[in-house]
Amino acid sequence: MSSRAVIVGGSVGGVRTAQALRSNGYAGQVIVIDAEPHLPYDKPPLSKGFLDNSLGLDRLHLISKKEVEESKIDLLLGAKAVGLDLQNGLVSLEGGAQIGYDNLIISTGVRARQSPWEVSDGVYLLRTLDDAMGLKEKMTKSHSVVIVGGGFIGAEVAATARKYGLDVAIVDPLEFPIGRVLGDEVGERFVGLHHENGVSTHFGIGVESISRESNGLVVGLSDGSKLIADFAIVGIGAVPNVEWLASSGLVLDNGVVCDEFCRAVGQANVYGVGDVARWYHARLGELVRVEHWTNAVEQAECVARNILNDGDPQSYVPVPYVWSDQYNWKIQIAGETSSSGEVVVIEDPSRAGRFAALYADSSGAYRGVATVNWPKAMIRCRRMLETRQDLSVPVQLVREMVSGT
Amino acid sequence: MPTIKADLELCQGYANCVMEAPKYFDINDEGVVVVLKEKFGEEDRARVETAVRSCPVTALQIEE
Ligand SMILES: Cc1cc2nc3c(=O)[nH]c(=O)nc-3n(C[C@H](O)[C@H](O)[C@H](O)COP(=O)(O)OP(=O)(O)OC[C@H]3O[C@@H](n4cnc5c(N)ncnc54)[C@H](O)[C@@H]3O)c2cc1C
Ligand code: SF4
Repeated sequence: MSSRAVIVGGSVGGVRTAQALRSNGYAGQVIVIDAEPHLPYDKPPLSKGFLDNSLGLDRLHLISKKEVEESKIDLLLGAKAVGLDLQNGLVSLEGGAQIGYDNLIISTGVRARQSPWEVSDGVYLLRTLDDAMGLKEKMTKSHSVVIVGGGFIGAEVAATARKYGLDVAIVDPLEFPIGRVLGDEVGERFVGLHHENGVSTHFGIGVESISRESNGLVVGLSDGSKLIADFAIVGIGAVPNVEWLASSGLVLDNGVVCDEFCRAVGQANVYGVGDVARWYHARLGELVRVEHWTNAVEQAECVARNILNDGDPQSYVPVPYVWSDQYNWKIQIAGETSSSGEVVVIEDPSRAGRFAALYADSSGAYRGVATVNWPKAMIRCRRMLETRQDLSVPVQLVREMVSGT
Repeated sequence: MPTIKADLELCQGYANCVMEAPKYFDINDEGVVVVLKEKFGEEDRARVETAVRSCPVTALQIEE
């Protein structure tokens, strides 16, 4: 009897799961369902190349129409899942249709956290293609913007807004926003980068209000000051899309809770992939949910293999990896970099702006690396994270790369 | 034999391909991919396809 895999959520996690199922020999039917009408597209360029017009829409596709056909993937676009019946193996769609599955993959991702400040217009979020198109138009027509949130997306959008020639102010309650991920010592360098590029930072300060007044959009800060701009972009995190699963009986807690094999807990044929999945990471010994591109792809590969070998599933224990482009910095991060232990920063004097930061845990073991404009050092150090090392080992490697020995 | 093609203009040096298939890919000093072996046999197909799918900028392709 032929079987059927139904994948709900057709972005990078869902599409890569479909491709990996085929590439590993899955012979049954593969259906990918997505609420959006667009051919599956990729999100990282939405704050970078697509937003600054250096990449066209054609470069955003995650899969071509030709490959969809050749791989026999059934794409159901503009179809929103609204319910799940685990007992009978059925996904319900808006409008009343139901689709049966033998294996279900949940890859509904996250959405941008709504702005808590209610203003009639002028406050933008960035998560989807439609969001990015609206933002492009707004950037073309405007002179100034306030960005609320100094994380990756906020910083990337600030850099892009500068390319449009806008006056940019950025606000975040933390003094070193990127320090959340990279520790304060390295986070401080990222603040300097904003300044070098003419962005005014208001860090360590909260936003109290946003209102529309005759002179523009007014953002009131917790230190009593006010910022005035044509519009604002709010990038304050994301929320898992799990509402459609609310009455399904699946365990939901900041995402779909999964076991170490990425199976929804207590279910033999339901899997979570990508930003929505909170799985038990066996090496870290805790539940984690990761909102990064490479995680979605690696998890998709693991889930596809586990579906095909469900008698002998592999646990999913990735070394996290993320990149970001801000101004002229190409940033790459691997492993665990929120500094609980020693951090060693090594600069390359022959290339301005190039450095690597190496992170240890409290026992002195090497756990993570961040590099700026240094892909070669990154790949060497990233591969070293696969086995346990003392921090001194990657430190010596990078020093040798600097001295050219 | 299937052949790996890399678009060096598109490559951003993210090196996901090197992680997935170090036998076939590396990064040079400029941070651009180097295809170590262009041809691959069927036994390595799944691995190479995984590497191709892991590239964030679709700089890699397989020509049959
Ligand atoms: C602007 C931006 C820039 C980014 N930059 C980077 C970067 O530089 N590096 C990096 O590593 N990561 C980056 N990311 C993160 C990366 O894009 C995500 O990790 C990735 O998109 C996760 O993929 P996903 O498939 O799990 O979920 P999502 O991309 O969130 O996709 C979920 C899909 O599910 C669909 N869906 C949701 N609910 C339903 C429903 N009920 N029924 C049907 N369909 C549904 C949605 O329409 C959507 O298409 C960025 C994200 C954004 C928004
Ligand atoms: S994964 Fe893609 S971008 Fe990264 S090094 Fe390989 S080819 Fe280049």
